[in-house]
Amino acid sequence: MKYWQLIRAALLRHKVRTLFTLLSVVAAFLLFGLLDSVRGAFAGAGSSVAGLNRLVTVSKISFTLQLPKSLLEPIRAVPGVADVTYANWFGGIYQDPKNFFPNEAVAANFLDAYPEWQFTPAARAAFRSTRTGAVVGAALARQFNWKVGDRIPLQATIFPQKNGSNTWTLDLVGIFHVTDERQKAQEKLLLFNWDYFDEARAFGAGNVGWYVVRVADAAAADRVAQAIDALSANSDHETKTQSERAFQLAFVSQFGDIGLIVGAIMAAVFFTLILLTGNTMAQAVRERVPELAILKTIGFTSGSVLGLVLAESVLLLVLGGVAGIVLAGAVAKGLTATLGIILPPIVSSLAVWTRSLGVMVLIGVIVGALPAYRGLRLRVVDALAGR
Amino acid sequence: MARRHNRVVALLGWAATWVLLAAALLLLAWLPGWWLPALLGPLALWLYATRSGRQARAATQLGIATIPQRLGSSAVVVVGIAGVVGVLVALLAMGAGFAATLNQGGSDDTAIVLRAGAQAELNSVISRDTVEIISELPQVQRGAAGRPIASGELVVVAALPKRSTGLDANVEVRGVGERAWELRPALRIINGRKFTPGLRELIVGRRAREQFRGIDVGSSLKLNGQLWQVVGEFEAHDASDSDLWGDVEVVGPTYRRGSSRTSVTVKLTEPGAFEAFRAQLATDPRLNVDVKTTRAYYSEQSANLTRLITGLGNAIGVIMGIGAVFGALNSMYAAVATRTREISTLRAVGFRAAPVVASVMLETMLLALLGGALGAGIAWLLFDHYTASTLGANFTQIVFAFRVTPELLWRGIKWALAMGMLGGLFPALRAARHSVTEGLREL
Repeated sequence: MKYWQLIRAALLRHKVRTLFTLLSVVAAFLLFGLLDSVRGAFAGAGSSVAGLNRLVTVSKISFTLQLPKSLLEPIRAVPGVADVTYANWFGGIYQDPKNFFPNEAVAANFLDAYPEWQFTPAARAAFRSTRTGAVVGAALARQFNWKVGDRIPLQATIFPQKNGSNTWTLDLVGIFHVTDERQKAQEKLLLFNWDYFDEARAFGAGNVGWYVVRVADAAAADRVAQAIDALSANSDHETKTQSERAFQLAFVSQFGDIGLIVGAIMAAVFFTLILLTGNTMAQAVRERVPELAILKTIGFTSGSVLGLVLAESVLLLVLGGVAGIVLAGAVAKGLTATLGIILPPIVSSLAVWTRSLGVMVLIGVIVGALPAYRGLRLRVVDALAGR
Repeated sequence: MARRHNRVVALLGWAATWVLLAAALLLLAWLPGWWLPALLGPLALWLYATRSGRQARAATQLGIATIPQRLGSSAVVVVGIAGVVGVLVALLAMGAGFAATLNQGGSDDTAIVLRAGAQAELNSVISRDTVEIISELPQVQRGAAGRPIASGELVVVAALPKRSTGLDANVEVRGVGERAWELRPALRIINGRKFTPGLRELIVGRRAREQFRGIDVGSSLKLNGQLWQVVGEFEAHDASDSDLWGDVEVVGPTYRRGSSRTSVTVKLTEPGAFEAFRAQLATDPRLNVDVKTTRAYYSEQSANLTRLITGLGNAIGVIMGIGAVFGALNSMYAAVATRTREISTLRAVGFRAAPVVASVMLETMLLALLGGALGAGIAWLLFDHYTASTLGANFTQIVFAFRVTPELLWRGIKWALAMGMLGGLFPALRAARHSVTEGLREL
């Protein structure tokens, strides 16, 4: 801390330059925070501890194909299976195709398989007892200003009703919350009662989209999955059972290599940033060569001069970086409020801070190293003479 | 107290500058293409025809001649702007490539019919009777032997491992009849032969073969427990390059879809017949369908993703651009500072303020132009024809190639010049305002 005055003086020596450098660092880490969060949103789909004991059974040909409901009891009888439930993708549209959100018809015990969704007991009971009942996540309810008791008309894209109508009217009986910040995207779900769906749909009755199997012991999940797939082997509806995490990861990867795209942009951003701040630091040190020489003359070791320059650049990066990440958090909040895009938390996440602080310090050291090395090799006589 | 007050004012001032910069950057980059030529014409006239213009030219040449002495900080301007333009052009090229791939497949004289409300082929079911009714409508063009050019097609999905990741991804398997070829004149078999009707044979799109493992010509794959042979490879330069095609009469039973279809595509007698065709479908009580021209159908499918990518590209471009402008400002302030004596000398021998301002701005914009060209060039080299795939409306992979179009390169250059203009303006004003006598005394 005794060097604090020196570092401060060095940074404030050229206020405008420091400010501009700081602002470009802020811009770079604003992007870093947002992109990292987008990457997290895609990776986060499979990172929940809550889903470790859940398996998903879908058609082996493609998860868009349906499976017969007759598999339900055989699956339940497989040793190691605690419970099994099922659902079907509905793909309904609320008012406009642009208002996309996932909506599924689910069995009455489906909600029990997902203890991380928090309902009031009344909502849970109402979902079981209301034939046209539906539950939605809190984020979705906020987006469309829905309250319990509202009637929600959905336009079918896949399943028209037997009576020829394309409109399914649902009664909202419950709103659920998700506490895990990384899983907040699940609050955009709408789930409605299987019985209504299966009785009223024009075709496909008696088929389910996928089964969700809860295993008693997560360690035995692989064995259970194989046993389930063996049930339908060589039939005309073979299944593929995998952990929910693996299923989600495979699904997300179908959107494209998000990691690669995000990584490439970050590389471009930080390459530019290193060059930019590196140049500023080099300039700053070059101007101060006589001053550094004086420091060495009055007894500063080469090591402490090196430390001073490095501390200066790391401080610059950390100041700008922290501001950038905080700003990214605010922007992400704004996106959630205005566009309904749910990104994982930025400011409150320890992982984001460790990653970004690591990057800040690393870049700080890289851009400080070359000028600092120059300061280290300084020959006092030459420097004082301005050679 | 007063000092603190001043600080707050200064801080607010900086915040305002930042917002202003972002707005100016957007505005400059958004202006239509003509602003640059409109600006360049008078500029050239001024540079060559007037006395102050000639002064500006001389001062600019002097500035450019000293660039080698401050290569590092000039490189910051060039590389900073190259980074922004590179990322921007690459992202927009992704959107453009996706849109182009889908839009290639559409035309105004073919129409696609889906079940009402279905939005995409995968969701749709159309009975054989409906296919017959639609085919017999008078607006449908007739081909050889007077038969209507209408194709009832069945879209189903298979999961195949991708070459890049080994993970299963969805591929579109399209069952087609014999009329499908007439509806897609661009489609050519580039390897092997067409499938034989009635047999379990498939032909694969070129893009699909490049993306997925185990579907090369000559190989066989299992669909729903049955063995299918891949006998040919085709190319149509549109979204169907991501498909696998087989005989609809064989694909249907394999997927237990019987004789139902997912869509009917028809060739209209002329583009103008579409309205009459739609009206006829709407009024027929036996039908409950939606119809679109294939152009409208495919452009709707690409609109969402293209809008998302363009928005994302612009947002990232603006944030990176702000960073690069501050970098350029730093460099140009430093450049002006090291040349204080030189500039003051020019002023002392009779150069006016305007030519000095112009010379610093011209120099910055020249560097920016270099950066823009570098960034756009790198994006073009790396990403033109780079292939990627994503989920399309049918929940299946659509493979597309990035397209770095001349229009995108031009847009990148415009952004670069806008950034150069902003980065050069304030240092230029500083250079002109500097007192001549003080400047001459400086070392």
